[in-house]
Amino acid sequence: MLQVQGLAKSFGHTHVLRDVSLEVGQGQFLTVVGPNGAGKTTLLRILATLLKPTTGLVSFDGLDLTARSAEVRRRIGFVSHQSLTYPKLTVEENLAFYGKLYDVPAVNERVETLLHLVGLAARRHDPARTLSRGMHQRLSIARAIIHQPSLLLLDEPYTGLDQQAAEMLRHLLQTITAEARTVVMTTHNLQRALDLCDTVAILAKGRLVYQAENDSLSPEALQQAYWHHVANASTRGQAST
Amino acid sequence: MSFANKVLAIVWKDVISELRTREMFSSMLVFALLVMVIFNFSFELRVENIVQVAPGILWVTFAFASTLELTRSLATETENDCLEGLFLAPMDRGVIYFGKMLGNLIFISAVEALTLPIFSVLFNLSLIRIPLLVTIFLGTVGFAAVGTLLSTIAVSTRAREVMLPVLLFPIILPVVIAAAKVTGGILDGVALGELAHWLRFLVGFDIIFLVISYLTFDFVVQS
Amino acid sequence: MPGDSRITNLLSWLSGLSMMVALYLVFLFAPTEATMGDVQRIFYFHVSSAWVGFFAFFVTLIAGIAFLRTGSRDWDVVALSSVEIGITFTTMAVITGSIWAKATWNAWWPWQQEPRLVLISILLLLYLAYLMLRAFLEGEEQKARFAAVYGIVAFMSVPFTFMSVRWWQGLHPVIFEREGMHLTPAMLATFLFCLLTFTLLYFTLLLHRTRLGRMEDQVEGLKERLSLREGGSL
Repeated sequence: MLQVQGLAKSFGHTHVLRDVSLEVGQGQFLTVVGPNGAGKTTLLRILATLLKPTTGLVSFDGLDLTARSAEVRRRIGFVSHQSLTYPKLTVEENLAFYGKLYDVPAVNERVETLLHLVGLAARRHDPARTLSRGMHQRLSIARAIIHQPSLLLLDEPYTGLDQQAAEMLRHLLQTITAEARTVVMTTHNLQRALDLCDTVAILAKGRLVYQAENDSLSPEALQQAYWHHVANASTRGQAST
Repeated sequence: MSFANKVLAIVWKDVISELRTREMFSSMLVFALLVMVIFNFSFELRVENIVQVAPGILWVTFAFASTLELTRSLATETENDCLEGLFLAPMDRGVIYFGKMLGNLIFISAVEALTLPIFSVLFNLSLIRIPLLVTIFLGTVGFAAVGTLLSTIAVSTRAREVMLPVLLFPIILPVVIAAAKVTGGILDGVALGELAHWLRFLVGFDIIFLVISYLTFDFVVQS
Repeated sequence: MPGDSRITNLLSWLSGLSMMVALYLVFLFAPTEATMGDVQRIFYFHVSSAWVGFFAFFVTLIAGIAFLRTGSRDWDVVALSSVEIGITFTTMAVITGSIWAKATWNAWWPWQQEPRLVLISILLLLYLAYLMLRAFLEGEEQKARFAAVYGIVAFMSVPFTFMSVRWWQGLHPVIFEREGMHLTPAMLATFLFCLLTFTLLYFTLLLHRTRLGRMEDQVEGLKERLSLREGGSL
């Protein structure tokens, strides 16, 4: 279970996240939507332990992210904007490398399984730089789950993908999130938002302004809530602080 | 021994990547040769005995080639944000330091190994001697130890390529002085016993800066 | 804050007074040196400046370590202030050292005879590298952190540089007997007083500069709050 309490993050005098609190239950899928600059990437990077909170508490499975960082990283998989893969190494070598870093037992078998899972078995000996964007994304996902993390973080995974690639990605995500795995995904695409998640939240100007269960929402309702809250956040900023 | 395994994994990754394209290696080698040739011509006109300046030329060449390697080595990690991939792994940050440092040591040594015979031929000196090779190794460890830390710092700055030499050279000056002195001494036929204090000096420098770099590396890579 | 400026004021007055006494001592009280003549008087300022140059670097080291351990911005302000003051005094040491060298060996930059001149200039280079590093980094936190790390590494290199440069010539010149310069008790007293004065001056300047640094920070914070209030967007 992921718990975030009173999280705030500022860079110098710029406040990117303010008082964010949320909870994601074991095996639950949360999608965070919001406009550019809302702080989605920053939030995800804090959850991935790449950034430290300025104030507030974040814990996963009872482990504090700041205090027990190394332990927690073992359980986290992060799919970032960048693929985090080495262009000159082959697809297989990239995965094997990360397998070693994560102390994955029987690395070779695991790599084999993943290659088939993400559909890159045919390209296993090709250098990563020869892959298309869609394939890169799939390699990135394979890299992120090689150690079977219980928390998977995805930062706008559909960005830059064409229809076909997006469909493949969606299918892949459906498969891997079916396992008992906690997932947090960010996107600014409202259509994609309600696809696979259990809960949806809206982040605007660094604040979590809305949260709802997927079952109770229709796409139209989400649209309305989105425009309402995002517009509100802009005007709120103009009133005196 | 998980620490060592991961360090080796990083070294292996760097070596394999470089073997594939040999970009860095070839550019370093060409650069080293050019530096030697330029030095040779600039001194030839005024200096009677080129042997006097040979140690200096050798070590300046090594120092410059090292900065090239250090910058490139870190550049491979910034492509696709791979450095972050390393940060995400559940391991002591020191693994990254030692992994990169050993990789740097290997690559710089490889170029030195190729440069040395050519230097010997160009300057008509016998340089392939054990004491000299030991000195070169110790000097290179010094470059790699501090260089890995400083290149990680420099890669985050706006003036990447310029920043590293500015940061590195004043700090490795003692290494260059010591190594050049020993090289000169060996060429002059000085007894090794008399040069021992310089070698101890180099070992001391290497150990202390390996430790300091390892300890402070954490602060450079945290957020 | 009030107590703050009281100490600063006191130190400023003390420094000024001390400097006037030092000037008197150096130019009027201290006897003329036998071999070098009046030019020798520059030695008092040269060594004192060099001393402050090194001491300031040491303070930067301590402040850097303190910053890394506590994360408190104040320590970074101290480190930067110390560097700025250190550069000033080190430059003075280089210039006065060069003048002294010209008078003693008839060469503006005698690499072979004066290893300490070489060392001081390397110190200056380290300082300048520190400032250049800060200038080319974005983000206050990163600036402070990287600068602190560099400060530590740079300072630790100084003893090695000192040893290697000295061994390089095989000379071990001892200051109180070099080139036939012997210090009489009066000269020694002048020398020590100068050292004290310059150290006092250093601390005074440090206090002023850190106060300035903290005020700069506050202004930045106010500007940020103001722009948020008006713009609404970040």
